[in-house]
Amino acid sequence: MKEISRRSFLTSIGAAATGSLAISANQALSQPTNILSEDRRGVLVDTSNCVGCRSCEWACKNAHGIDAGDIESYKDRSVFNNMRRPGIDSYTVVNEFSNEKNPLLPIDVKVQCMHCDKPACVSACIVGAINKHEDGSVVWDTDKCIGCRYCMVACQFQIPVFEFEKAIQPEIRKCDFCYERFKKGKLPACVEICPLEALTYGPRNELIKLARQKIKRNPEKYINYIYGEKEVGGTSWLYLASRDFQSIGLPKLNNKPAPGVSESIQHGIFAYFVPPVALYSWLGAMMWITKRKEEVKQEKEIDYV
Amino acid sequence: MFEEPQPIKFKYFTPGVIILCLIAINGLAFIAARIIFGIGSVTNLNNLYPWGLWIGVDVAAGVALAAGGFTSAALGHVMHKEQFHAIVRPALLTAMLGYTFVAMAVAVDIGRYYYIWHPLVMWNPNSALFEVGICVMIYLTVLYIEFMPILTEKLNGKIKFNGLLHYLNEPLNKLVNFLDKILSKAMFVFIIAGVVLSTLHQSSLGTLMVIAGNKMHPLWQTPVLPLMFLISAISVGFPMVIFESMLASRSLGIKPEMEVLSKLGRFVGPILGIYLAFKLGDMFIRETFRYLAHFNIESVMFIFEMVFGVIVPLIMFLMDRVLKSPLKLFIGSCLVIFGVLLNRINNFIIAYHPPYSKEAYIPSFGEFSVTIGCIAMLVLLYRLAVRYLPVINLHQHPMKVVIDE
Repeated sequence: MKEISRRSFLTSIGAAATGSLAISANQALSQPTNILSEDRRGVLVDTSNCVGCRSCEWACKNAHGIDAGDIESYKDRSVFNNMRRPGIDSYTVVNEFSNEKNPLLPIDVKVQCMHCDKPACVSACIVGAINKHEDGSVVWDTDKCIGCRYCMVACQFQIPVFEFEKAIQPEIRKCDFCYERFKKGKLPACVEICPLEALTYGPRNELIKLARQKIKRNPEKYINYIYGEKEVGGTSWLYLASRDFQSIGLPKLNNKPAPGVSESIQHGIFAYFVPPVALYSWLGAMMWITKRKEEVKQEKEIDYV
Repeated sequence: MFEEPQPIKFKYFTPGVIILCLIAINGLAFIAARIIFGIGSVTNLNNLYPWGLWIGVDVAAGVALAAGGFTSAALGHVMHKEQFHAIVRPALLTAMLGYTFVAMAVAVDIGRYYYIWHPLVMWNPNSALFEVGICVMIYLTVLYIEFMPILTEKLNGKIKFNGLLHYLNEPLNKLVNFLDKILSKAMFVFIIAGVVLSTLHQSSLGTLMVIAGNKMHPLWQTPVLPLMFLISAISVGFPMVIFESMLASRSLGIKPEMEVLSKLGRFVGPILGIYLAFKLGDMFIRETFRYLAHFNIESVMFIFEMVFGVIVPLIMFLMDRVLKSPLKLFIGSCLVIFGVLLNRINNFIIAYHPPYSKEAYIPSFGEFSVTIGCIAMLVLLYRLAVRYLPVINLHQHPMKVVIDE
């Protein structure tokens, strides 16, 4: 009971933050935005509470204008036979992993964009078509995208997908943290529909505190690790689990932001255009000196003649 | 001593050229299919492997192999080594055609080819791809400007339209004459710009895969990738010039210019040595040699690349008798080209391991068709250009006309 009230409290904070953030969040800049608010949103996924009902998949499709079909059809558990990945018509999927400790209670893991604090896709995008908004969401912009798919190469979680079969206006697709709903003050569709305590929505900082408390209260239930707290510099979506995260389909990553190295190389080569200009001047000087030498040589040859 | 470059008369359509035409048409057919039915209909690319043969070979290797343009411009024009002037124009022609096809390959590969101009107005300075894109666009323009004197030389005072268009003759001739004069004065600006732009984007191509992080095999993934790409591009510049020059001589029935080419070959050994030193140094600092103990596709490809692409040609180019023998020099050059081509394939395709991947990416027939078709088109255009434009220098050697009618 205590946890449920806690959840609704966090949810209300999240909704309140919605209004204040939405105003400044959408700015049309040619450079990608990457502003991080202290109260940016997040979701804590408690995999031990997920039963694999897949209502989140259904709600997500409805919220994004994808044909979701009948919700009854989502009770079919045979989809868990294969590990699924987010696709062009499913921005979130739930996978099920067997549990050796208790075979009757398999572990279900919801997958979607993690909304990194330092997103590789935002750094990589050639035209700045992917932006990290102040509220934490990482959102793709169809008006800019040229379809180069570099975001897919860059993403450490292998999340963005591309409409390979479409000849005109193919899209990059991924979870957008229900940015449009957020601007209207609504919860993300998956969080709103989740019938159990699997998804907790709220300010990321609060969620980390909550996750720590959960681990402390139930040290047998959870391993002492919050996935997403530090991975690639931190993500908006955080995970708790009863066993190590690699065994439930989340990649092992280090704590350095994925774009860190490439951006420092990039800015090193271009530091205020000093290196290119210096190279230009040096080559110019070389050209002038060698030309001068050549002329002197030719003049001498003429003298000898 | 030196004669001016001149158009070379030869029979354009030989059996080989007809085969090249068929390969080119096959490639164009697949490009048309990609435009009409989408990327998925022609390629084996998928959400795990978003980049494949077209980015790895047509773009990355294409840019590297067109490095002969800027390396020979640096040697011939910036360093004023007059004896190398004969190679500058053919190298420039290849670079210009090469980069044109790189741009075309990019347009074919991106999902929304009609938005290819977006990076010009929508900037993301954090993105290595943005830097590559902008630099390649500017460099392509510079290459066209550098090539312009070859056109004006050909056209100067020779524009003669008949009929209605004859009113245009005088203004056009004046324009060409004006361009001819102004270009020769201002060309040094563009030549230096070309060298600077090349060093920038050759290295930034290496930065591209850095952001993939753990998804790339540690044998290739290193923070000094940009430097590796730059040095290997410089190392392949002259071998590419030698390779083309010898092929062109053979195909056009003129003697290879061994005097110039072996002098050019002397630069290759030391550059390959520097490249090898960086490769080995990087390997020992990051202790990646332990991955060579595992027998798998990555370790085999890495060893293959290093041994046949770097070490063997390095030894060859340091030997005097190799530099003096046309055949051995040609083989050495081929090995360097093979090494850099393989390096780019390894970096962009073999080393790339996305999480959740079940089966490896193997390019489709359509992808191969487009890649090979583009190379065929490049060769056909090169032949056409040297036939009508003053590109190749025929100094000393009396021209032998190919007669096989």
